Amino acid sequence: MLALWIVLAVVVAALVVGLVVAVPRRGRARRGPGSAPGSAVTIDRPRAAPPAPVAAPPEPGDVPVTEVAAPEVTAPEVEELEPELEEAPVPELRERMGKTRGLFSGYVRALRSRSSVDDQAWDDLEEALLRADVGVATTTALLEDLRTRVHDGELRGAEAVVAALREDLRRSLDTTERTGLSLDGEGICVWLFVGVNGVGKTTTIGKVARREKNAGRSVLLAAGDTFRAAAGEQLDQWAQRTGVEIVRGAEGGDPSAVVFDAVQRAQARGNDLVLADTAGRLHTKVNLVEELKKIRRVADRPPGHVTEVLLVLDATTGQNGLTQARQFLDAVGVTGVVLTKLDGSAKGGIVIAIQRELGLPVKLVGLGEGPDDLVPFDPDEFVAALFE
Amino acid sequence: MFDALSDRLEGILGRLRSRGRLSDADVDEALREIRTALLEADVDVGVARSLVQGVRARVVGEELSKSLSPGQQVVKAVHDQLVEVLGGETLRLTYSPAPPTVVLLAGLQGSGKTTTSAKLARWFRQQGRNPLLVGADLQRPAAVEQLRILGEQAGVPVFSEPTDPVAVAVGGLREAQRLGRDVLIVDTAGRLAIDEALMDEVRRVSDAVSPRYTFLVIDAMTGQDAVSTARAFHEVLALDGVILTKLDGDARGGAALSVKDVVGRPIAFASTGERLADFDLFHPDRMASRILGMGDVLTLIEQAEREFDHDVAAEGASRLLEGRFTLEDFLSQLQQVKKLGSLGGLLSLMPGVPKELKNSAAIDDGQVAQVEAIIRSMTPRERGDPALIDGARRSRIARGSGTTTQDVNQLLRQFKDAQQLMRSPGMLGGMLGGGGRAKMAEALAQRMGGMGEGAGLDAPGLESLGAGLGPGGLSGGGLGAGPSLGGRSGAGGGSAGGSGRGRPGSKKKKGGRVTPKGQGGRGGR
Repeated sequence: MLALWIVLAVVVAALVVGLVVAVPRRGRARRGPGSAPGSAVTIDRPRAAPPAPVAAPPEPGDVPVTEVAAPEVTAPEVEELEPELEEAPVPELRERMGKTRGLFSGYVRALRSRSSVDDQAWDDLEEALLRADVGVATTTALLEDLRTRVHDGELRGAEAVVAALREDLRRSLDTTERTGLSLDGEGICVWLFVGVNGVGKTTTIGKVARREKNAGRSVLLAAGDTFRAAAGEQLDQWAQRTGVEIVRGAEGGDPSAVVFDAVQRAQARGNDLVLADTAGRLHTKVNLVEELKKIRRVADRPPGHVTEVLLVLDATTGQNGLTQARQFLDAVGVTGVVLTKLDGSAKGGIVIAIQRELGLPVKLVGLGEGPDDLVPFDPDEFVAALFE
Repeated sequence: MFDALSDRLEGILGRLRSRGRLSDADVDEALREIRTALLEADVDVGVARSLVQGVRARVVGEELSKSLSPGQQVVKAVHDQLVEVLGGETLRLTYSPAPPTVVLLAGLQGSGKTTTSAKLARWFRQQGRNPLLVGADLQRPAAVEQLRILGEQAGVPVFSEPTDPVAVAVGGLREAQRLGRDVLIVDTAGRLAIDEALMDEVRRVSDAVSPRYTFLVIDAMTGQDAVSTARAFHEVLALDGVILTKLDGDARGGAALSVKDVVGRPIAFASTGERLADFDLFHPDRMASRILGMGDVLTLIEQAEREFDHDVAAEGASRLLEGRFTLEDFLSQLQQVKKLGSLGGLLSLMPGVPKELKNSAAIDDGQVAQVEAIIRSMTPRERGDPALIDGARRSRIARGSGTTTQDVNQLLRQFKDAQQLMRSPGMLGGMLGGGGRAKMAEALAQRMGGMGEGAGLDAPGLESLGAGLGPGGLSGGGLGAGPSLGGRSGAGGGSAGGSGRGRPGSKKKKGGRVTPKGQGGRGGR
């Protein structure tokens, strides 16, 4: 009999709540990053000069020996406007993604060898896109457009179609949002890393710490995952590995408090940047999302200033990636995506929909478990890797 | 059962009513919709294709059902097909004659192996076994530490050493024998299926300990990549089963289908949350509903049973039935419902819900918070008798909750309307008045009796519930009797044949699992 009450209670409660809450206003709460930190575009160049090489004063007649102070810094020398000119070698993304692109490119090769674009060709193209997790809606939109252009005579032959598709994909990933990571504004910059469970937030922070430290910035880690067993230890090991400091709290404690402490400490010690880890959380869990909102609010309290909220997304994720992006965007105003595990066989095509529908750019790509396995996102490379 | 897929099919097949049989052409278009639905659910492209062919074979030439609409009929056929593919034999675990029985877990990075290892360990303990956990993930920082902590929570010892995975596995085996442990669970590092060196490593681990069971741990939100990953792991390790994780999210979980198809081995377990207890045998019928975007009422009920304060729920329900439901009751039920997670997700899971409510965009959890704040700003007297609330009180309440008097007015109005609605004969009164309730209770008691104590409701129970709710239910929809549950023939399907549809093509959240926040100790979880 108890179960009956449960059923009733669930039904009724949900319905009553729904009736009372749903039917009236439909005004959504504030949407996304309208005034997101990213929108003030400045270039994230190091504010401090990179450490100069320490040279032994040359003795007359001696060959001067230059010793470079550790850590090795490959900081950019010039004020450039394209963030992707930092250390990450350009071909790397393509290379590292390369291992199993065979499938997609297989379809494309087969298509190119055809003289005309017949039904089979369209099917193959569709299949190629779907298998890359581009998704039904986006795939349909892209192919409809191409079909029209073929029909109108604008595109002739398979080659032209493939080239056009490539260009369309490339353009889908275009963004007017900044693609570098922002350090502008007053106070201590905080970059918040969010996402569902197991996507690679902690590892990504380790890589970003390495990168930022190499760029001459003083980094502090905040172990904001106080829930998962040994999460603090895990981030701690990254702190040691990259030679940056870390602020931890009690296990099971309040993550906001940890972030707050980190910001305070950063101010006291003169750190430039706080990288805040958070516990993985499914966007469907209301209270966890509320907790995340609070973490962001606290991190944004002066002297802290949240300039990036990075959604870490696993490249193997299917269509749920779009849902995740939407929900996290709504909740805490995501400014960009870090696409991880792209060194695997997954293509990560869901980011196309995320850009098209939500205007969220991918800013970084993770390509392995090591501290240097991080590159800036390059749409050209991403699309090229699909097609080669 | 009504939702986006069903609605789309209605549009396509609705005109068939007069004809009597489902012809090839009719079905073609419907099947395209099915294919789309499957692809949106992350089912592998090839698997979706063959599934659709299978459905075609089932459905073409079939007579139009008397109790189901053509759309429902096709959906039911798809559902049945999915259940068949997902189901088949359940994995019946047997144990090695010479202990320990070795279980190996493998999978991609972040799939949930470590947490699953601990859950498995706990599960084995519940089966009366004595497991030992082996931390053979020496790659991920603090992985062994994580396992140690979880092992402690599960009451299971953990063995590891900082050597190499093969040595650790062998060491673990020896340790199990030494300690007289009869099950050995080996957690391994996440690895890419295309990483030859690491795949070779896991093969060596497997060779060293000869597992009786090798499970692939796969994340329910995995997209098209699931197939190549599963295939690769299967080739190297000869998998015995699959464990699907993170089912507490709202990913439709098509990967389950793809993996099952490729590997051909059962999906043994389903992991539905971060707590060690969130671990269960896999239910093909529920997964089928979920993949088709039809929600998962059964899991919802189970979770409700786990999480609801029974007393509060019972109290609320009885007061509701007696027409004594107040804002206070509403508030406490709201707390209960919140525990189940996103309200939008919750409503999308429930069949037979009127369409205004189904559109998840309408349910803003922020609004829920606001409603809560308003009620909390009322005094107990005011909650008991909202008629008391005059202008001055309204202002006070508005100030206290950070809203406006208009908001307060609106809430009071809505609640009053809701109360009227619930009292009206067409609604609950009809649903649950006298005979209906007794009939339902009886059917339920019968089912419960047959299922062992403490058993939750499952498909038969809910079906009879649905039947009991009958045509007097909300908008003519019952509680999901029909194609969504267990693929049974539509007993009481007639009652589910009413309205209460979601809007076709609306961007509603697909059937999401909602999971209660854990109780017990973890802040905010």
